[in-house]
Amino acid sequence: MTVQSPSTPATTSTSPVLQARGVSKRFAGVTALDGIDFTVLPGEAHALMGENGAGKSTLIKVLTGVYQPDDGELALHGEPARFARPLDAQKAGVSTIYQEVNLIPLMSVAQNIFLGREPRGFLGLIDHRRMYADARELLGTYGIQVDVRRPLRSLALGVQQMVALARAVSINARVVIMDEPTSSLETAEVETLFRVIGMLRAQGIAIVYVSHRMDEIYRVCEKVTVLRDGRVVHVGDLADLPRVELVSKMLGRSVDAVEKRGATAFGEESHVSEATPVLTATDLSRRHQIDGVGLSIRPGEVVGLGGLLGAGRSETLKGISGVMQLDRGSVVIDGQTVRSGSVPAAIRAGIVMLPEDRKAEGIIPGLSVRDNIVLAALPRLSRAGFSSRRNQDAVVDVFMRRLRIKASSPDQAVSELSGGNQQKVMIARWLAMSPKVLLLDEPTRGIDVGAKAEVQALIDELAKEGLAIVLVSSELEEVVEGADRVVVLRDGQVVTELTGDQVDEKHLLDAIAGDGAATSTAAAASTASDAAPETPTEERA
Amino acid sequence: MTAIEPSAGPASSSQLARERAVGVVQSFGAPIVLAIVVIVAAFSFPTFFTVTNLTNILLQSSFLLIVAIGMTFVIVTGGIDLSVGSVFALGGVLAAYASQWGWVAALVVPLVVGAVIGVIQGALVAWGGMAPFIVTLAGLLAVRGIVLAITNGGSTTPLITDPVLKGIGQGGFASIEWPVVIGLVLLVVGIVLLTRSRTGQGVIAVGGSENASTLMGLPVARVKLSVYVLSGLTASLAGALNAAYTSSGVPVVGVGLELSAISAVVIGGTLLTGGKGSLVGTLAGVLLLGVIQNVINQVGSLTSSVQSIVSGGFLAVVVIIQTVLSRQQRL
Repeated sequence: MTVQSPSTPATTSTSPVLQARGVSKRFAGVTALDGIDFTVLPGEAHALMGENGAGKSTLIKVLTGVYQPDDGELALHGEPARFARPLDAQKAGVSTIYQEVNLIPLMSVAQNIFLGREPRGFLGLIDHRRMYADARELLGTYGIQVDVRRPLRSLALGVQQMVALARAVSINARVVIMDEPTSSLETAEVETLFRVIGMLRAQGIAIVYVSHRMDEIYRVCEKVTVLRDGRVVHVGDLADLPRVELVSKMLGRSVDAVEKRGATAFGEESHVSEATPVLTATDLSRRHQIDGVGLSIRPGEVVGLGGLLGAGRSETLKGISGVMQLDRGSVVIDGQTVRSGSVPAAIRAGIVMLPEDRKAEGIIPGLSVRDNIVLAALPRLSRAGFSSRRNQDAVVDVFMRRLRIKASSPDQAVSELSGGNQQKVMIARWLAMSPKVLLLDEPTRGIDVGAKAEVQALIDELAKEGLAIVLVSSELEEVVEGADRVVVLRDGQVVTELTGDQVDEKHLLDAIAGDGAATSTAAAASTASDAAPETPTEERA
Repeated sequence: MTAIEPSAGPASSSQLARERAVGVVQSFGAPIVLAIVVIVAAFSFPTFFTVTNLTNILLQSSFLLIVAIGMTFVIVTGGIDLSVGSVFALGGVLAAYASQWGWVAALVVPLVVGAVIGVIQGALVAWGGMAPFIVTLAGLLAVRGIVLAITNGGSTTPLITDPVLKGIGQGGFASIEWPVVIGLVLLVVGIVLLTRSRTGQGVIAVGGSENASTLMGLPVARVKLSVYVLSGLTASLAGALNAAYTSSGVPVVGVGLELSAISAVVIGGTLLTGGKGSLVGTLAGVLLLGVIQNVINQVGSLTSSVQSIVSGGFLAVVVIIQTVLSRQQRL
């Protein structure tokens, strides 16, 4: 019988169901996980927290058999275990529910639940009637009533996720890892998910819950493990951990050690401008991503966007630059409305964006420095479809010198440059378009300290020349010192705007955590790491 | 306990109705069009709706049907098999050569060779991770080369004298020839295999999402291998039957057959991207191509080039409709 009754009493055993002991994982010399100890008890809901690059995704992949640990070991019920493939982990009772539902969209709900283990009858043929009945019964125990013969893709995402969950649990899962399970769900669907989580826990099934939504974490989970830079920085009960403190642990900034300034290459003076805004964005909205975000930027001003990963920072930039189609909202530049959802229209209006993932969305590695710089500007350097090499060289020369791009020649392939210089090439590409507004998404991620300082100085310089800049960075100090104003986002909405003296790490931390005043400064002495949080790997949660 | 109704999602009731309508058109489109074409032809040409003519269409279509059954499985996994035309020719030539050792050998030898070709192509696709298009294009060229090599560059046509083998190709049951019977039996077996067996569900799942299938623990590589073996088997069997029907293993037959098979499968409603397919649709697609050819022959003044234009037009319309429909469903 595959259907488990939710009324089964919880397992009383307290021996860990899944453990990672001293797990390390390195990629090409970069340490993604460094001696991680992670323990999951039966029936508990355990939050796994950490910012971009903290190692959450890597840890999940190790726990589910996608990656093999370089050092350390996994243990199931106290016994050492090795998962060579995701299937091994599944068979051992460790299932994962991904953000993107990993089922077959064209097949029916019942087929998806029973794929590979369909009930069979006469001549070993699949007994469809029994399969449908079993599927209905299984989903029924979670209070979900759908036509199990319908193709999965015709159902709401929340229901699809329940189907994935039902499949996982019916294959005897003991631990269910949920990676951002609510990121595309409606409110009612989230409630259903939480109810099902409660039922699973009552059966003694442990939940590892990964989410950036603070409210959910505090509602669903009792324990938390916080990762930062590949290490465990905190393990404990959530009830004893105020939000501000949780956020400060994730970001590596202790609450009262944030008064200090000057760790970045940004200039001291902030230019409060009274000029009319060059760009005004109003009511930018897209389902599940951002909701009514408004923003205005004046020439010569650097506006920071604050917030945790998943708060809607990158989405806001993508909405303004036309990369992401918006459901609602408008972007007005110099009194003219920019056609939304069109990158060419945004570029023509003078809005350009440096994407977060430089490698995947920015540089074209096989092309030379010259070609990468003139790529976007080609249409304006060309006459009748041809562009003269001399024109190109003039432009390239100006920017290579101005941005101090270190390359052996304009013909060197961009892939051979350092991260910092690649970033400068990207900036040069957009400056060649003579933009009015520059949107920077994590401009210093993954580049070395020296290059970082140069890029930061360059941002300052460009602002002084009158460019309007929006800066997104997961490093608090970069936002605080680089920006003249900070707009703080949480769960896709603007929660506050910090100006003048408010632009410091303390205010920002409070705004991000979102539970009012920073009441727990006393508790902050616990982890006072002042080291600038370097992000070792570029990974996506 | 609150229950989540399907209407809580993006699918409203009007959308559901539209979705069903779209599903019906996708599944039964080819049979419906086939019925219309047959009715129109029956009224237009007195010679069309006669037992002789209809059984003739069935016989002419039976070889393509057998090839298209294997092709349907391949396409449902999201793959393609371009080698079937060459394997068809090789099957015929081998059957004719082997008929000197009796009719059993004349059927077994092509099947074994067809399976081996399928194993090689399937292994390259499944474990080598190579693109099916390129692998089977190489198969198309290489196998055609083998056919020419064993027939002195195509100048030799081995003849079939074995009476039993000739009987399989030319005899029949009542007024239905054996190739038609074999084709229909294989079709039924194929339908059961695709819709009622775990293997068949695996084929559909792999085509639907290879990534998800792997994560669900399905034997993705084995599924892929098996569909190319099946396609090799059906193509060589069809070739052997065709040789039995013509009493000879003609080396140059089957050129372009892969394209007819792919057309029939796609016209039948199987998604070229994989994950969804219907063998009933494939039957309708095969018959549709056969009827179009027959009608054009009836007109007499039209040449065979017109047939290609009409078939091509049909294919284009079907693909356009499919794309539009699947977009509708996704909304």
